[in-house]
Amino acid sequence: MELWRKARDVVRKKIFFFILLGWVLLIIGDRVDELRVYQGAQIAMYSIALASIVLLTGYSGQVSLGNGAMMAVGGYSAALTLNNLQTPIWFAFLMAILVSALFGSLLGAAAARLSGPYLAGTTLALAVGLPAIANQFTFLGGEPGLLFDIGFPPESFGEEFTQYKWFFWIASFIALISLFITSNILQSRFGRTWRAIRGNSLAAELAGVHSSRMKVLAFTISSALAGLAGAVLAMTISLVAPGAFTLALSFALVTGAVLAGISSLPGVVLGGLILVVIPEIADAVANRFGDADKLNNYLPGLIVSVLLILSVIYTPNGPGENLRKHLRKKATH
Amino acid sequence: MQKVIETLLIGLTTGSIYALMSLAIVLVWRSTRVINFAQAGQAMFATYIGFEISSRSGVFWLGLLFAVVGGALLGAGVDYFFMRVLFKHANTGPAAVVAPVIATLGLLGLIRSVVGLTWGGEFRTIEAPASTDGYTIGSTTIPFSPLNALVIITVSLILIALAILFQRTNLGLALRASAYAPEIAKLAGIRTARTRTIGWAIAGGVGGVAGMLVSSNNFLSPYSLDLLLVFGFIAAVVGGLESMVGAVVGALVLGIGLTFILNYVGTSLVFIGGFTVLILVLLIKPDGIMAKGKGRRA
Amino acid sequence: MSGLIVNRLNVSHGAIHALHDISFSVDPGQLAAVIGSNGAGKTTLLRTLSGLKDASSGIAQWDQREMLGVKPEDLVRRGISHVSEGKSVVPELTVKENLVLGGIWRSNKAETQESIDQVVELFPRLGERMSQSADTLSGGERQMLAIGRALVSRPKLLLLDEPSLGLAPLVIEQIFETINTFRTRMGLTVVLVEQNAMSALEIADIGVIINLGRVVAQGKASELINDPALRAAYLGY
Repeated sequence: MELWRKARDVVRKKIFFFILLGWVLLIIGDRVDELRVYQGAQIAMYSIALASIVLLTGYSGQVSLGNGAMMAVGGYSAALTLNNLQTPIWFAFLMAILVSALFGSLLGAAAARLSGPYLAGTTLALAVGLPAIANQFTFLGGEPGLLFDIGFPPESFGEEFTQYKWFFWIASFIALISLFITSNILQSRFGRTWRAIRGNSLAAELAGVHSSRMKVLAFTISSALAGLAGAVLAMTISLVAPGAFTLALSFALVTGAVLAGISSLPGVVLGGLILVVIPEIADAVANRFGDADKLNNYLPGLIVSVLLILSVIYTPNGPGENLRKHLRKKATH
Repeated sequence: MQKVIETLLIGLTTGSIYALMSLAIVLVWRSTRVINFAQAGQAMFATYIGFEISSRSGVFWLGLLFAVVGGALLGAGVDYFFMRVLFKHANTGPAAVVAPVIATLGLLGLIRSVVGLTWGGEFRTIEAPASTDGYTIGSTTIPFSPLNALVIITVSLILIALAILFQRTNLGLALRASAYAPEIAKLAGIRTARTRTIGWAIAGGVGGVAGMLVSSNNFLSPYSLDLLLVFGFIAAVVGGLESMVGAVVGALVLGIGLTFILNYVGTSLVFIGGFTVLILVLLIKPDGIMAKGKGRRA
Repeated sequence: MSGLIVNRLNVSHGAIHALHDISFSVDPGQLAAVIGSNGAGKTTLLRTLSGLKDASSGIAQWDQREMLGVKPEDLVRRGISHVSEGKSVVPELTVKENLVLGGIWRSNKAETQESIDQVVELFPRLGERMSQSADTLSGGERQMLAIGRALVSRPKLLLLDEPSLGLAPLVIEQIFETINTFRTRMGLTVVLVEQNAMSALEIADIGVIINLGRVVAQGKASELINDPALRAAYLGY
């Protein structure tokens, strides 16, 4: 009974925290300018996408470069649903979740027996080839892609309420809910089981865990999150096209997750922030030094890669780990 | 019948280039237990060097030479400066399994960005050293050109040279021993770290050749070798990752198979075909088609 | 003060202190049997001596030169060879290639060939199987190959880790006989780690008994065999 009450308290505290956070975002959204609001929506989108990586790689230990592809699946599903079936927007997002969950479970089933570099290589193949696939089929809109227009904000919000603010509200709302749910999943026995598998899957099997099933489950949920993020991304750019879901996106996601702590869910917001800030910095540098095009195209990549390499070598488990080690050392002296 | 032969020949050409890439991947895997995704980046860098030399000198082979040397130096450099640091630092926690993979991916991105910043993203072309017009036999022209023949010959020569190196020289023996049983190699007096770096250099040089061959009379860009990496990886997996012969066989099988799909089904399914092959092999015969059932040691 | 001198050697596996203040010495030309039950630390001792593992403190000298902290590859060039546990051959290579491996660090190929010929004399069965892949050999043959490879490097100090492990009694006898033969013939100093205490002490000059990472007895092998208390505690009867 005690335990049950404690668990309920924890969940209640969490709900309270998320509601508080939502309220804060609301206020912030009112005070800042258009560009920041738009970037806020991007950060929200990245948070969801990074959460998918934290779950898949940080918790269940499967390194996959396919989350960018799953985002594409989600984005395209949402767009196709909205455009062809004229459904309400929330249904389009729901379809994004379901379809990418389905694809994720297929990928997971294929990948369950793979580990380490084999998994990474396979998902790399997927990430590289996906734009090619999208280009091939006309119903996917080919290279220019498909429109994804969720329409104007409701009239009742008044004239001052801009399109970007609407994006920000929707993205944040979706992010808050999905992060809340994900947080609960990660702290449940699912999360614990994944970590057991990640640590030593043989030992986990001997303890009665169906590690293949759990791995597939991780892929499924992770892909659902990624698909949702993809739909949110599509919303913010009003478009789905192969160019939005390149290999660079998958790289950026892995980088953001590693930088912010690959098994830390709270870190995803920080990760999202970093991913949004890097192109800004690259922009500023590019404008300083002229030759904007070349620099613009490749400088973000350079910064991202260098950060990734440095962080994976020196803080492979995220900055939190080094901090904890440091504190532990101090404690024992 | 003619189409079958044509497809076979083209497939052989494509497969030979994949063979170089998959060989490089297997070489590094066996010696370091790492799949070096940056291989594509190293090959790309080497090819850009080759491009510079060949376009300035007008001689393809000179460019190829520089590409080989550049690729070898880069490969050795990556092992010496990058991999050793990586293994020293990132060996605990949940990320230990994940770290080398992510690090080589990061390196790939880094090399790509540097190449992009230096040369820009525009497509470059490298002048082919042979004609790309198909051979004419009697009154028909087949799509197999002197360039294709040259590719097959070049790759064959390289494979023969490598086979001699590995099977008949002490260096080759040291390379094999260090890859198969690093501890025993150390106890036998082999400087395994140095040998490993040499292995990486060879892999890098081979990658450079692959890049040059793929890009001759084709487009070169910071992204143009990605497919080569993917197919090289798939070929290595199909061949079993544990043997160099397997890598070559896997690559030829893949090259021929994909070309058949290309010619008989259509371009849209080429990539899906390759991906399906990968998944099928990993599911059905994860040790690769060449394995004797020793089990996949990841 | 030539020979092998080990003084207050301490080795840890992470937090586990595996070897405590190990001290013993072996004169040149002697065969020292290091015996003890499973997990006593015997393999750790050899791996530390051959450079595969780092010591936390202590000294180990061979021929008046410090051994600790030197890489295995370099120790081989000084004449120290280690045959690690588990029939350490490279199964993907042929018998001949495995033997050549022993001399690969040498620039003089003729010397290596000479050594290989000598080893084949010692282990004729290997000579019959030169071009066969090493994974086709039986357990005993593999052990011979592993020892043979070490001998090709013409060591002065030979470290053998449980050569009898997993072998049939008859084969074990053969191998021990051969070890005794070549060590006298070549004037080697041998450190023989064994669980098979009786056979080891029978061919040894001195014995070192290790239990739970500490040296609990050492001395002339003949005395150790006959000491009933020691026998009861460590040799089983």
